[in-house]
Amino acid sequence: MAVKGSPEFLGRETSSFTDFLAAYAPDLLPGGGLRTTGVMRGSAAAGVIDSLPHATTLVAAICERGVVLTGDRRATAGSMISKRDVEKVFRSDEYSAIGMAGTASVGLDFVRLFQVELEHYEKMEGRPLSLEGKANRLATMIRGNLMAAMQGLIVVPLFAGYEEETGQGRIFSYDVAGGPYEEHRFYSIGSGSVFARGAMKKLYADDMSVRDTVLACVQSLYDAADDDSATGGPDMTRRIFPVIATVTEDGYRRMSDAESEEYARQVVESRMSTPDGPTAPLRNSN
Amino acid sequence: MPFYVSPEQQMRDKANYAQQGVARGRSCVALQYADGILMVAPNASKALHKISELYDKIAFAAVGRYNEYENLRKAGVTYADITGYQFDRNDVTARGIANYYAQVLGQIFIESNKPYEVELVVAEVGDEPEADQIYRITFDGSVSDESGYVAFGGDAGKVSAVLKEHYSEGMTLAEAFGTATGALSVLNAPASPASSAQGSAGNGDRQELTAGQLEVAILDRSREHRKFRRIRAARLEELLAEARATGEAPPASEPPPGEPGPGEPGPGEPGTSAAGTPGTSAAPSAEAGPGETPAGEPGTGEDPQS
Repeated sequence: MAVKGSPEFLGRETSSFTDFLAAYAPDLLPGGGLRTTGVMRGSAAAGVIDSLPHATTLVAAICERGVVLTGDRRATAGSMISKRDVEKVFRSDEYSAIGMAGTASVGLDFVRLFQVELEHYEKMEGRPLSLEGKANRLATMIRGNLMAAMQGLIVVPLFAGYEEETGQGRIFSYDVAGGPYEEHRFYSIGSGSVFARGAMKKLYADDMSVRDTVLACVQSLYDAADDDSATGGPDMTRRIFPVIATVTEDGYRRMSDAESEEYARQVVESRMSTPDGPTAPLRNSN
Repeated sequence: MPFYVSPEQQMRDKANYAQQGVARGRSCVALQYADGILMVAPNASKALHKISELYDKIAFAAVGRYNEYENLRKAGVTYADITGYQFDRNDVTARGIANYYAQVLGQIFIESNKPYEVELVVAEVGDEPEADQIYRITFDGSVSDESGYVAFGGDAGKVSAVLKEHYSEGMTLAEAFGTATGALSVLNAPASPASSAQGSAGNGDRQELTAGQLEVAILDRSREHRKFRRIRAARLEELLAEARATGEAPPASEPPPGEPGPGEPGPGEPGTSAAGTPGTSAAPSAEAGPGETPAGEPGTGEDPQS
């Protein structure tokens, strides 16, 4: 029943927070203001967008009883490092994690919206979404950002979750127009992803323990930072290390700074003797 | 339809209607304990809930017509999520939600043909017991601030009386649970409804509630982030057993000194308002918090703003 003066909270039809927001307060959506106004590339406004900090390299890998998601800490605006300790990996809900590459501020907005979307659905319906459902919701949200992305506010997520029914971790990647694409074994996104993926190809093995998988990811982040100026390596002087998160049957867990430091130190020390990192055997031993 | 109905008459009819609707159902109980807030409702269904999570530290409990309070629950979740999203998670408070519900229910009561037959409780757990809040919102949008414990819906007066006797601050979960189920099982006494006061008094064989008949949830101070937790299945059985073991369930509502006449509140029973007919023992105004105008009779036009 329509009650005058009471906003449309009553009589909700969908359990999607994003859909509700689009109807109730569309300018609260990430990049929402941009949908209505057009910004020409090359105009002064576009210059503004180019100067927004961008976030880069994330690596996800499936491990023995779950999945690992790691990210670097650097945000650049043009050629300037605008922030050294950006968090790019977040808990989206108890059994899933999300990392964001692209424009940092819009990415953060997306993460917040996604967290609320998942929690909102769970509260409305009385049960959490399936992992595939979460991945699909994220894809729709990203597609909704396409207009803004075309004008420079690019946001691309990397989504990883643990599926209780199968006891397996799963990884989903996206492009600017949505997705999701399920990735097996490992994946990386961001400006340094090319280098990270190359490293993971040589380091990764199936069913590695959590520790080994994390180490492989940290090694590949290091390689990405080595070759991509927009990706930050471990900052030993300031004690700023990659964000490392695991999602297993125990749920989402972000490693403490002390734990990340342990992995970072291990990698840095090994690079002191072999700067290019561990080498893979040239021939498979038969 | 009559050509003209006076506003007083209309309001009184609506209030009557809603009160009776609420009193027809089963009572629900919310009470503070040492580590948080406990909510218990008789509910045989596993799927349809009376008690739900609204936000990190905030829970919702309702009695009355299911589809109506379900609607309100979803609206409350939406309100909470949008406030938390627009501002910050810490900016979502039970008070804000209670005020929202008061506004909505008030409007529905005044403007629509049929008032909602519901009564809601919104509870928030704090870091310390002093910071806990429990708000009760009635069908017409009156809000009251409850402390310690509250019984609402059904024959709330009776349940409240038992709670008052056995409630104490700082109980453990098992103790609080025992108190709550003891109070609720007062209504299960196998006595005919017409002689409620007489029948249950002195009847020691109250039927105890079993796990399958209860919906139980807590707001647990010690949990991280989302404090709301349902207690069911094995955990609920454990809790029932624990509650039976620690001080047994409160004794049957003691027979008041002089056996009261049928249908009249006995001298020992506080709070049931004048008209003793069960079902209209103006449940909302019985043990009410400060802000309520006591209703001499059910249905006297209550000031919606009280």
